[in-house]
Amino acid sequence: MTASVNQQPFRNRRRPLSERMLDQGFRLLVTALACSVGIILLWILRIIVKESLPAIGVFGLSFLTKSAWDPVSNDYGAFTAIYGTLVSSLLALAIAVPLGVGTAIFITENLIPRRISSLLGLMVELLAAIPSVVLGLWAIFVMEPAIRPILTWLHTTLGWLPLFDTEPQGPGMAPAILILVVMILPIITAISRDALQQVPGELRQAAYGIGTTRWGAICHVILPAAISGIMGGVMLSLGRAMGETMAVTMIIGNSNNFSLSLLAPGNTIASMIANQFGEADGSQVSSLMYASLVLMLLTLIVNILAQWIVRKLSLRYQ
Amino acid sequence: MKPISEAIDPNPKAGSLFQKSGLRFRPSLPRNLWNAVMTTLVAIAAGVAVLPLVLVLAFVLIKGGQLISLKLFTELPPAPGMGGGGIGNAVIGTVLVTGIAALLAVPVGIGGGIYLAEFAQGGRVARALKVFVRFGTNVLSGVPSIICGVFIYALIVKTRLLFGQSYSGIAGGMALAVLMLPTIIKTTDEGLKLVPDELRWGAIGVGASKFTTVMKITLPAAFTPIATGVVLGIARAAGETAPLIFTALFSNYWPWPETILSGDTGLLERLSQLKDPLLNPVASMSVLIFNFASTPYPELQSLAWAASFILVIMILGANLLARWLGRFAAR
Amino acid sequence: MTTSTPGPSTATKTDLCLSLEDVTISYGSFEAVRNVYLEIPRGQVTAFIGPSGCGKSTVLRSLNRMNDLIEGCHLRGRVVFNGEDLYHPKVDPVEVRRRIGMVFQKPNPFPKSIYENIAFGARINGYRGNMDELVERSLRKAALWDEAKDKLRDSGYALSGGQQQRLCIARAIAIEPEVILMDEPCSALDPISTLKIEEMMHELKKSYTIVIVTHNMQQAVRVSDRTAFFNAEAQDGGSGKVGYLVEYDETERIFNKPTQRATMDYVSGRFG
Repeated sequence: MTASVNQQPFRNRRRPLSERMLDQGFRLLVTALACSVGIILLWILRIIVKESLPAIGVFGLSFLTKSAWDPVSNDYGAFTAIYGTLVSSLLALAIAVPLGVGTAIFITENLIPRRISSLLGLMVELLAAIPSVVLGLWAIFVMEPAIRPILTWLHTTLGWLPLFDTEPQGPGMAPAILILVVMILPIITAISRDALQQVPGELRQAAYGIGTTRWGAICHVILPAAISGIMGGVMLSLGRAMGETMAVTMIIGNSNNFSLSLLAPGNTIASMIANQFGEADGSQVSSLMYASLVLMLLTLIVNILAQWIVRKLSLRYQ
Repeated sequence: MKPISEAIDPNPKAGSLFQKSGLRFRPSLPRNLWNAVMTTLVAIAAGVAVLPLVLVLAFVLIKGGQLISLKLFTELPPAPGMGGGGIGNAVIGTVLVTGIAALLAVPVGIGGGIYLAEFAQGGRVARALKVFVRFGTNVLSGVPSIICGVFIYALIVKTRLLFGQSYSGIAGGMALAVLMLPTIIKTTDEGLKLVPDELRWGAIGVGASKFTTVMKITLPAAFTPIATGVVLGIARAAGETAPLIFTALFSNYWPWPETILSGDTGLLERLSQLKDPLLNPVASMSVLIFNFASTPYPELQSLAWAASFILVIMILGANLLARWLGRFAAR
Repeated sequence: MTTSTPGPSTATKTDLCLSLEDVTISYGSFEAVRNVYLEIPRGQVTAFIGPSGCGKSTVLRSLNRMNDLIEGCHLRGRVVFNGEDLYHPKVDPVEVRRRIGMVFQKPNPFPKSIYENIAFGARINGYRGNMDELVERSLRKAALWDEAKDKLRDSGYALSGGQQQRLCIARAIAIEPEVILMDEPCSALDPISTLKIEEMMHELKKSYTIVIVTHNMQQAVRVSDRTAFFNAEAQDGGSGKVGYLVEYDETERIFNKPTQRATMDYVSGRFG
């Protein structure tokens, strides 16, 4: 018995059934696990649509343009929150993009010794890891009191502008925008840095080889080559800013009264949900679900646009 | 100017269409001025970008650090207006809820990542599925965290799907898991893609099955990047608040009754109490910070700073650990 | 003002273009190449040959200060160009690179159109003439005009590898440098493209000084007037190899009657 086995050690070369079953089972299992992501996404969409149907039935599209939010008479419109979401995230983006891209250039383009630049990169990445609720706490007790004199000065000197025509009194749109800047700055910096680092060294050499200055190379060769990645990062952080909840909720003031002034309290969709969902019932829940749907669609559009931009621009520069 | 450039530059054609000057660096040239201005600007940008980290860390460490004591971990938050107390229940709760989330998301996420990196090739169906999964991952990672909370609320809390319970630790864990899932899928997928194909071919070449190849060869080879990603994903989830405020809610009590440690009640009963936090509201540090920051009581506000301190130390520690792990393995 | 030009002028002989005086280049604490003396005459093709790791590319890149881009790279000694020390602290490296152009090992066109690839360099160099004319002239000199004239607006990446390299040469000569440095310009190309570039170099040397690094000895024989042979030897401490210049002479002498044993071994393929 033993002898015959030794003479033909591989006599049974067919894979045993158990092994083939294991292989098949494994394939099925990971396929199912992979599909769960898509399923969860569709499920989220389905639940939110289902829950918001009553509010959609009552308010229709006027929900988007009305700024009434009255639980007593059950009249809801999310205009203030939608406006707040768009304004806060776009203004935050306008401040954060130059800062973030500038920081990324400072880190990647050999302007400083490598040791310092990697330390700076690490610090920016750690900033991204700080929970938003901690930033919110810091914003309430440290940042907002510190910038209040500046905001008051803005009000007294530029008060004739509708943007600054209310007196700053604690929470408001302006501090919320600033804390959003703090939150998305690391994202923009990190993604821009990656995009700049991926620009091939040959291209840099080519630029310097024909006698460009450092900033000539950066502006005309390196940034254009990295633009797809940078734009992708910008769109991604726009999505993040629109959906950001905690820090904004804690500092924006949560007021549904519409005001053009950046110094007045405002609201965003996410902070409205965070604030009211716990105590809401009936048609208010449904209205909040409708607002969630709007928020989800907004971020969905921005994220899909981000992927589209990355593809479109990287094709151009291939 | 002209005579010098001719003196150093005997090349006759240089004078014609190109303006060529000496080799000396002249700071007043427009291009050199532009360089100096731009470099200064980006240096300022970098300073402004780093400033918040320094300020936030400084305040959290100073305001939160001075409250750190053993009592903080062993006592419950005080009633409003009362001094003292701790945040022991929130520390345990954060670990608990994040643990539940990791238990749910890590296996699913790694499985999904394995599918994307190792299985999704071949026919039209497989390719369509891959696009579906990739797209789903990308979009899900962009879904605002508050929406994850709303989703789990509508799915489990409102419907009382879990043994008739509404707010619960499991619901909180599920909401965080939805948030973590895309991160883990992505890091697994990218980690596996770093494994050279030669290694796979080597295993397949000696007749290993797909299962063996993945489990014994590629997955171990990609362990470090995957572990790094998982640690970062868990750290990020630990600080999340929005998905928890209407799923796990908050609780002013310990996750388990204090009698669970003493022997007054029967062993079986005490064992069955272990599941209490899974089905009941659970405290967490992040929700504690949110709740206490908006109270007018200084004692509660300082507990919020203390919780921030612990949370930030935990999360930054995990980040540095992950980074060290990555560098250690890269050698 | 003439006296204030950086560095005292040592070699203003019209036939001398570049000279290296006791040049030692190191990366951090590691010396890549040591004590090089070399005089490169104007209007000729000078080839650098030698085994890999002997520092020939490093020396070439030091001639237009491309090594500045590598952190920790440091040069001791003097590199004199038209009587000026290129490494004098007051020298603007950007200005240096406008006089001494470079073609790299791998073709590296900008992600722009063929036209823009050439016009870009000219524009930043303050060119004020007719751009179309300059583009055509440069492409003709690089023997690319016939192939590219119908697709000037296409991306530079639409060209084949050999064409891309000729585009890079056109880009380099468009800014009318005095010297063109070529770092193994044909190593990534097929034999036919290589031949085209070699033919072009014979044309180019009428108006430019060319320094080329090559690992192909036949190429050195075909294109160069003078050849420098570099070698590397183990350092005393035993930490890696350090390069040095073995022999520098007319190409014909280097390949037929070298004075050094190492050169003889290398050019006859008996190198080890």
